Amino acid sequence: MTDRDWQTDLAHLYRAKSGRILAYLVAQCGDIQRAEDALHDAFTKATTQWSGDSIPDVPEAWLITTAKRKLVDVWRQQQRHHSLQQQFAVDSLDSAVSDEALQEIPDERLKLIFTCCHPALNRPAQVALTLKTLCGLSPREIARAYLSSETAIQQRLVRAKQKIRTTGIAYEVPSGDDLPARLNSVLAVIYLIYNESHTAFEGQTLSRADLANEALRLANLVNQLLPDPEASGLLALLTLHQARQAARQSPKGAYIPLAEQDRKRWNQTQIAEGRTRLINTLRRGKPGPYQLEAAISAVHCEADSWNTTDWEQIVRLYRRLYKLVPSPVVKLNELVAAAQIAPIHDIRQQVAELETALQDYQPYYAARADLAARAGQFEQAKQDYRVAIKLSSNFVEKAYLDSKLTALA
Amino acid sequence: MQYMALIYSTEDADDVDFDTLIQQYTEFGEKAAAAGVIADDGNALEPVSTATTVRLRNGKAEITDGPFAETKEQLGGYYIFDCETLDEALHWAAQIPSARYGSIEVRPVMQFD
Repeated sequence: MTDRDWQTDLAHLYRAKSGRILAYLVAQCGDIQRAEDALHDAFTKATTQWSGDSIPDVPEAWLITTAKRKLVDVWRQQQRHHSLQQQFAVDSLDSAVSDEALQEIPDERLKLIFTCCHPALNRPAQVALTLKTLCGLSPREIARAYLSSETAIQQRLVRAKQKIRTTGIAYEVPSGDDLPARLNSVLAVIYLIYNESHTAFEGQTLSRADLANEALRLANLVNQLLPDPEASGLLALLTLHQARQAARQSPKGAYIPLAEQDRKRWNQTQIAEGRTRLINTLRRGKPGPYQLEAAISAVHCEADSWNTTDWEQIVRLYRRLYKLVPSPVVKLNELVAAAQIAPIHDIRQQVAELETALQDYQPYYAARADLAARAGQFEQAKQDYRVAIKLSSNFVEKAYLDSKLTALA
Repeated sequence: MQYMALIYSTEDADDVDFDTLIQQYTEFGEKAAAAGVIADDGNALEPVSTATTVRLRNGKAEITDGPFAETKEQLGGYYIFDCETLDEALHWAAQIPSARYGSIEVRPVMQFD
């Protein structure tokens, strides 16, 4: 094995295993930073002690044992501050983990994700912390994916960990009344990570694809550890979105909207997987926003073409969604779907009423421009495309809107 | 009558070094205690970066990072909770009646050791 392969193997191992090990270490020592330091120390030791191709059969056991020893070392140095009870905990920690015993180590990642997505942290901090701790992404990788600087991401992570420590945010899975709202925050972070992967920036394709995979991994993880209809709905939604991923971009990287996608390029295996999951989830009789969005996505996936799509069904689903989430964005989507089957004049009037609420929302003007063009109001369409272009911060999106504008000229 | 003295200042705007300030607070505390006007020992709070705000809207607790930002809202009172975690403190804060129409800012009381 070459040195390069060996480094790659170790990097893969880190990405695959570090989240679970870290979650366990945080449960042991109660502090994310300390656990990260110990895990980092264990991986550094691994690079020197596992020479060549001798990665242990169960590397987690070795890494956990090594990291725990590091935690114990740090604790012993500060022992005079410890109560008898804490010293007891330290002593019980100071033992090697055998490969067999590893089976019994609890999976604490659910606690970790609830802490990272705690509503007392702001959204960018939640996202960065989740990607760092659960997905094992480095600040540099997170910075690249979000077009930010490594220093900025590092500061964000430090502040978030400080707030968790100073305020005493619990390391536990919330119970009872608190669970639904807290779970919403976790699901929103995962959805946001996925949606970022959609926003293809110039030269960002690779790291963006990684974000999509990480979001799917997190959604799978939550489902594995917490059976909940909305968590399952989100996984179904992401699976159905992902099924259309390949058709969303031309070979040159240009954006292709749903109406123009080559549906032969959709991944039928993923569509079937997403649909089966969605049907089983809806049977539980607790529909929520993610399940409804997944249902809308499933209706699109079933259609042979844009024109043969069951628009009535889509409009019905958006109306149900609006009852749960009365946001102008949902209303806009409902109207855009309704424009396929209702008189365009009526729809345009209703769309116009949303302007105050959506005046900073690029898709609003893009949709309005499209409706204007279809109604033969080309000057209005051009004007709206220009506003949309101004509001877009994304190269690929701008290029698409530009092409629409040029086609009208 | 009891009166509450609320300490407002820009963070890091202390005019003396930290140890001197602590000394001055200790002296003030002793003087006020000797005069018999201390009803509660008072506390320092962790910086505003540790603030979390909770509001109860439509029966649901809405928790956000940061201090309350509505300038129309005025400080109307306070509680000091003894809780194991922030989550527990937020759980109680959300049940303060004014959380239904106002905002409750929750910050840890600074611990000196």
